[in-house]
Amino acid sequence: MAKVDYEIPELKEYPVIPKLKKDAMAHSAPYVAKEKFQTPLGYAGELVDNWQEVAIAKMGELTNKYRSLSVFLDSCVKCGACTDKCHYYLGTTDPKNMPVARQDLFRNVYRRYFTLAGKLVPKLVGAQDLTEEVLDDWYTYFHQCSQCRRCSVYCPYGIDTAEISMAAREVMATVGKGQKYCNEIIGKAQTLGNNLGLPEPALADTLEGLEEDVEEETGVAVKFPLDKKGCDVLLITPSADFFAEPHVDGLIGYAKVFHESGVSWTMSSYASEAANFGMFIGSYENMRKLALRIREAAIELGCKRIVFGECGHAWRVAYSFLNTLAGPFDFLDPAYPVPQHICEFTHDLISKDKLNFDKSENDHMTLTFHDSCNVARASRMGDEAGGQFTLPRDIINATCNNFYDMPKHAIKEGTYCCGGGGGLLTDDLMELRVKGALPRMEALKNVTENNGVTHMAAICAICKSQFSKVLPYYGFEMDQIVSVHQLVSNAIILTKDEDSVTDNEAEADDAVAVA
Amino acid sequence: MSILFAVLFYFATAVLVLGVGSRIRKYAKTPAPLKIPTTPAPTTRRGVVFRMIKELTIFESLFKSNKWIWLFGWLFHMGMLLVLLRHLRYFTDPVWSWVVFVQPFGKYASIAMLLGLIGLLVRRIVVDRVRYISAPSDFLMLGLLLVIGGTGAMMSFVTSADIISLKSYLLGLMVFDIRYLPNDPILLVHLASVAILMIIFPISKLLHAPGIFFSPTRNQVDNPRERRHVSAWAIKLEQK
Repeated sequence: MAKVDYEIPELKEYPVIPKLKKDAMAHSAPYVAKEKFQTPLGYAGELVDNWQEVAIAKMGELTNKYRSLSVFLDSCVKCGACTDKCHYYLGTTDPKNMPVARQDLFRNVYRRYFTLAGKLVPKLVGAQDLTEEVLDDWYTYFHQCSQCRRCSVYCPYGIDTAEISMAAREVMATVGKGQKYCNEIIGKAQTLGNNLGLPEPALADTLEGLEEDVEEETGVAVKFPLDKKGCDVLLITPSADFFAEPHVDGLIGYAKVFHESGVSWTMSSYASEAANFGMFIGSYENMRKLALRIREAAIELGCKRIVFGECGHAWRVAYSFLNTLAGPFDFLDPAYPVPQHICEFTHDLISKDKLNFDKSENDHMTLTFHDSCNVARASRMGDEAGGQFTLPRDIINATCNNFYDMPKHAIKEGTYCCGGGGGLLTDDLMELRVKGALPRMEALKNVTENNGVTHMAAICAICKSQFSKVLPYYGFEMDQIVSVHQLVSNAIILTKDEDSVTDNEAEADDAVAVA
Repeated sequence: MSILFAVLFYFATAVLVLGVGSRIRKYAKTPAPLKIPTTPAPTTRRGVVFRMIKELTIFESLFKSNKWIWLFGWLFHMGMLLVLLRHLRYFTDPVWSWVVFVQPFGKYASIAMLLGLIGLLVRRIVVDRVRYISAPSDFLMLGLLLVIGGTGAMMSFVTSADIISLKSYLLGLMVFDIRYLPNDPILLVHLASVAILMIIFPISKLLHAPGIFFSPTRNQVDNPRERRHVSAWAIKLEQK
């Protein structure tokens, strides 16, 4: 862990609402995107001369395209319900990180140019001209929002700051002030197929290596197929799963589950990314371009189902938006939802008793579960509301003997973001990421001390990367974060029958029964 | 005075109806291109209706958030609702029987309404977070409502207004017949503040009242996989 020139917040016994400290995070802003990352996405290369004019026109356009934005900008009554709900406020104490204050950076400008009261009596209603300082404030503080939607749970009108920060980021990108981290990644994913920029040969090589590792360890030839035509399932997973720890252990878990299920599957090099950073910058068009790659891959490979790996915002885009952006999926098997989450796939097999586990393989760990924000508050799993909470926990309980939940305010719909979501998982925002993790770290400390929890499982690539990085700042070890399918991978009893890898599900069932 | 207030009320009513109407039209016309209900969300239309009813009657989300704001906000809104219902008796002749029933509750509800408003004002001043996010208009809005509630309660509990004449005046206004309006300063302040509130309604945060019905995070059904949801402008992208 590197030495830092800022103070790491202290973990308290109970959550405390901090006193405001003005401009505490005014110095934190990510790198601005250069021309080469801006133009491919359809944005101006650098700040345009008449940027005020362009920005205001864009604001007007967006309020006519998005009902959410239009209603949310008008409806806030400044009641204060959201003021203590943002993890970035709790971690940084900067008042502009209170959700309503963050929204007001945008709302005050909207009022100035689009409402009668703001035009006539700006001071009275807090309306503000769009000046260079305001634009800087936007850039600073709309990149201190991870779009986790926690504020929207507690707002009496359901105002979601994520919608406003997405709009603000789109306005900024349009005038030529986009964010480097997101825009560079979107460019890579749109041309190479994944956020890491891995070309097909590198991907094939990596997967081959995994096959060898798993066979060496288990004696079973678990396959990691790539670009195989005519399979039942196309797996779309975050590219971090191919390399990073503990992500890759999750990928091994998916492969073992597919192996045991007997369902044929493949990944695609063309659509080798579940993440969709187009959402983070509020760009429907860029989000759609990325989503269409998945549709094209599914058609090209002739698969019947689409399953997504463990990734939070990716699951939001997949579950809530994919059908909208890239549907209709009438060419896929109508017996299954499109898309499915790997947890739904695994949970289904567990509930049908088709997987065998040796739970004691996970006895060296006592687990808790971090509900990833976008899965918790912007998606669902299974048929019933709240399935996104029960399915992963069911899987953990099926594969582990020791599990405890964190305090109620910090889980399920009240879950805290890891601190790195929403396009903020970049080294130039490290201080923000460390401080934003505070509420989660406090909750983890609680179960560590009271229940002897040693590890925290998650189903999001961003959460996993973020925690690996920030856990040490709070006195934990970086490997205390694990993938849910890593637990599955540890506990699953593989069928030692080469023939079990088959396209025929019935045969596979027999094989499981024999085992 | 009768004519002045008649003009004021016709103007205020026109602004309120046309202003709020045009905002509602804007909200209804603006598409919601993506499914964004805050989950867990109902998976059926009926479930959404139930969710909205809970938001409107018990302020469910606010209750989850902060018990003080909930208490004051709920007291104020429910108090105001009863008070408003009670006021129907000035606009109906004969008075509907259920309004007669509400009458005594409505009278005391004004106390709840005032307590709620005072609680909200104290929070706005005392809690540093809420003070930070308050614009002058936020204080003025509470002040205006306190004036309306205060003068109203005074006429109920302290002084007494010439209700018979007032009712005749209001019934007259409804058929464009301007009758005698009692020249009672408390009543006139009460009426003038109500007119101001009606006028600023469509250009202020009072738009939260129609807004909540259009809030996509609350009114959308969680069924994106089952039903394809595409807005008109997004369909145009597909045709490119």
